[in-house]
Amino acid sequence: MSSMQFGIFSVSDITQDPTTGKTPSEHERIKGWIAMAKKAEEVGLDVFATGEHHNPPFFSSSPTTTLGYIAAQTERLILSTATTLITTNDPVKIAEDFAMLQHLSDGRADLTLGRGNTGPVYPWFGKDIRDGIELAIENYALLHKLWHEPVVNWQGKHRTPLTGFTSTPAPLDGVAPFVWHGSIRSPQIAEQAAYYGDGFFHNNIFWNKEHTERMVRLYRSRFAHYGHGEPEQAIVGLGGQVFMKSTEREAKERFRPFFDVAPVYGHGPSLEDFTEMTPLTVGTPEQVIERTLSFRDYAGDYQRQLFLVDHAGLPLEEVLEQIEILGTEVVPVLRREFDRVRADGVPDAPTHAARVAAAREAGTQMGEQGNAWQEGARTDLDAALDTGAAIARQAGE
Amino acid sequence: MTNPRIVVVSAGLGEPSSTKLLADRLRDATLTALTAHGQHADVVDVTLRPLAQDIASHMLTHNPTDALAAAIKEVIDAEAIIAVTPTFNMSYSGLFKSFFDCVEEGQLASIPTALGATGGTARHSMVMDTAMRPMFAYLKAQVAPTGVFAAAEDWGSASGLDRRIAREGQELADLMVAMPRRREADPFDTEGDAFVSFEQMLGHA
Repeated sequence: MSSMQFGIFSVSDITQDPTTGKTPSEHERIKGWIAMAKKAEEVGLDVFATGEHHNPPFFSSSPTTTLGYIAAQTERLILSTATTLITTNDPVKIAEDFAMLQHLSDGRADLTLGRGNTGPVYPWFGKDIRDGIELAIENYALLHKLWHEPVVNWQGKHRTPLTGFTSTPAPLDGVAPFVWHGSIRSPQIAEQAAYYGDGFFHNNIFWNKEHTERMVRLYRSRFAHYGHGEPEQAIVGLGGQVFMKSTEREAKERFRPFFDVAPVYGHGPSLEDFTEMTPLTVGTPEQVIERTLSFRDYAGDYQRQLFLVDHAGLPLEEVLEQIEILGTEVVPVLRREFDRVRADGVPDAPTHAARVAAAREAGTQMGEQGNAWQEGARTDLDAALDTGAAIARQAGE
Repeated sequence: MTNPRIVVVSAGLGEPSSTKLLADRLRDATLTALTAHGQHADVVDVTLRPLAQDIASHMLTHNPTDALAAAIKEVIDAEAIIAVTPTFNMSYSGLFKSFFDCVEEGQLASIPTALGATGGTARHSMVMDTAMRPMFAYLKAQVAPTGVFAAAEDWGSASGLDRRIAREGQELADLMVAMPRRREADPFDTEGDAFVSFEQMLGHA
């Protein structure tokens, strides 16, 4: 693995192939996803990331089940999300599920937190969309605590309080999964990522690059403000959307019918206009390389690049071919070229091994395989239960 | 010091357009009244017809073309707006509404605004109070009390159209002088009032 990680991320839409009229079943798409992930590892990509949705035509309702299954069939691939809903999921369940995934995958798990973009998901999960930012702030504060403190006492506005709670399993090697925070245009989320010194991910698809530029700039400056390092040392991830053939003309001819009726941008701007307006690139591998290298011009040196390749009804064989081209023709050049121009002092993309080594060095590791965590937990638990009792007494219970 | 800028948004579809004609008359009346205040203004025309395709694409993708982005920027950066639409089915035209749908909450707050509408007969004149004013009230613009509706017949009779235009131009000039718009702070400006630090989000500051 080089200083940057490259991979694919998926919106998980089930969309009719407009060229054949065929709509894959949920089962076909889900199994196709697994094939995509395995192909990604096979051709040397680093990351597979799933979205999270709770409504048709999407199928990605259960990320850690999916990622755990992929983890069992791969050896090097990092399993991630884009995004995990920090607003409507219980942070306790996120802590448990992703720590479990981290253990099962031997540290190949991280996650990107986001608020989601489907209004009704909030009421379906008993939340209020007007609390979106507040939920993202409060729930992550709890998730962070659960992964950094063996015994948690906690009280907030949006969840039942916790007294003497220990999240299990403890993070692998006492180091929590790396967290990215994703947002298109909410400065509060860039601020949140900066405050914790976590990563910031911009999906960088479907939107004009000005949003990406503004968010990344704010995140970098606040990362430095909170004392985590220089702005250039902040951890940035970007998305991108590509479709490639050996000639630009062939790529456009093949992709255009999918583009023209796609759920997100179909019936709107022309393929050419949308390519101009957003990071979408439809052309040769060389054009994709050139475009992707240009992201650095507005985002700075960054750590993770994920491509969307399975959107808008593209059939599986076509998607696997795209992954193959990425792995064999595009990413090797990107690794080399990005490394060549990378400034000194820019951190490598986060991996579990590197984070464990850093935590050991800094003395912030929670314990070997969670053992010390549990020892700590027993002593802390007594204190916590005392505190709980004190709270109960104060409340007059 | 640069002059304040008045942006004239007209949603007329014909060429020549009576909607544009009314917008130009409101512009001239405003400039005349400003001169009486000893002030000048620059004027920028934003004609929506050539932006119709761009506006539809924006509605579907949230991505503005360069031309539309420039037009939106003119409007939200202006010191005053004159907005004029034809009346379709008892309301502003869809094009007019769709353009202002590109403007985000708060971006027009406190901006002095003069409204105008055109229509076939005076029976459509309620568009001013049932459609236009509610939308600009939602956008928190400062709207001049007079809103000129020009029916086809007004252009050929002594119906008082000139007087109404002059009064609205005077009102817009008065607003620009006495209650100029306050700029909303940029939430990405970490030194500005609109920026929310993490301590504030946590309720610690």
